[in-house]
Amino acid sequence: MEEFTKLIHKYLRHDKKFPHVWCPGCGIGIMLGALIRAIDRIGYEKDEVVLVSGIGCSGRLPVYVDFNTLHTTHGRALTFATGIKLAKPGLKVIVVMGDGDAVAIGGNHFIHAARRNIDLTAIILNNSVYGMTGGQYSPTTPFGMRSTTTMYTNIEHAFKISELAVTAGAAFVGRGTVYHAKLLDGLMEKAFLKQGFSVVEVIAHCHTQYGKLNRLGGPVEMLQWQRDHAVTVESAARMKPEEMEDKFLIGVLADRDLPVYTEQYERIRQRAKAGQGKDA
Amino acid sequence: MTQATEEKKPPNIDIYKAWCKACGICVAFCPTGALARDETGSPYVKDPEKCAKCGLCELRCPDFAITVHEKKERQARGGQ
Ligand SMILES: Cc1ncc(C[n+]2csc(CCOP(=O)(O)OP(=O)(O)O)c2C)c(N)n1
Ligand code: SF4
Ligand code: SF4
Ligand code: SF4
Ligand SMILES: [Mg+2]
Repeated sequence: MEEFTKLIHKYLRHDKKFPHVWCPGCGIGIMLGALIRAIDRIGYEKDEVVLVSGIGCSGRLPVYVDFNTLHTTHGRALTFATGIKLAKPGLKVIVVMGDGDAVAIGGNHFIHAARRNIDLTAIILNNSVYGMTGGQYSPTTPFGMRSTTTMYTNIEHAFKISELAVTAGAAFVGRGTVYHAKLLDGLMEKAFLKQGFSVVEVIAHCHTQYGKLNRLGGPVEMLQWQRDHAVTVESAARMKPEEMEDKFLIGVLADRDLPVYTEQYERIRQRAKAGQGKDA
Repeated sequence: MTQATEEKKPPNIDIYKAWCKACGICVAFCPTGALARDETGSPYVKDPEKCAKCGLCELRCPDFAITVHEKKERQARGGQ
């Protein structure tokens, strides 16, 4: 097991302050471990990888790791990442976002990145709330739950991020939880290797905001909740619909080969350079 | 005899106190009960003999603060 720790240290930025800034027991650290293990298994060089994030607790993740990193503005991480990928298609561009980042302020960028099938990987930490700014509701806060801006309970309905990505056209979509840490590194590895837009939704907990307001307990109880409510795609196939009512699917939700924007764009560039007409 | 003693040696589990935030995750989900929390809530290795070296504590620690060192020798199964 020792080698896990070794490689975690290989990729951390030692000039940053540790322990990291996240609350005790926050799932973002577990997600960071999974991300590092997946990258290491594939064997990317550190300089080959670009980690782009927005703003939020999850948005702080790239700060700690020794890749090319870009900490951008809230909701716009995918736009910066799109620019990087088009300018340097050889780089592996990974975007780390919170649920607010990805489907509230950045929702439009998200669906269109999926629709274009641009070759990026979006890792979305879904903790059902705006963690960093004090527990305001987000588009993924479930109906009937409390947040600091829905003290009378939320009367809106939550986006299902993965299902949204499937519908919008992403080539690969996987959902995991931080409790299922091993499954998570597998999903990330598959997503990184996929040509086209790949999404990994990571169900996590913000016990200090969302958990506290809804009396869901601390990190241990919230991880137990993930354990008890997540069902793998394989197990779900053998279950009755009513058994799935309060559960959610984890595993690979979509994996398909579609024309990739970045490749199509390169083809047009080559044709234009060669002086071929638009009808060629 | 020496070798047999070596083989029974339980794994070395390091808890890096400077990074550990005493969240309790490693202890709560250790399948064998090798770990426990002290009166301050910090984890400690209570029963190293029980450790199955599954590595789950290391995988789920959000702070990279616990390491399970794999023994060089093959783990002896059964027998005291
Ligand atoms: C343009 C803009 N609007 C609003 C904010 C304030 N803000 C910072 S983080 C955040 C939400 C964070 O929620 P999420 O993306 O889910 O990340 P988490 O902290 O939960 O990981 C907001 C609204 C901002 N920084 N910039
Ligand atoms: S506020 Fe919530 S999401 Fe942010 S570090 Fe703390 S537990 Fe994690
Ligand atoms: S999981 Fe990590 S941070 Fe939490 S108590 Fe165990 S060693 Fe400490
Ligand atoms: S390696 Fe497994 S059995 Fe050993 S202490 Fe960690 S979680 Fe417990
Ligand atoms: Mg959030």
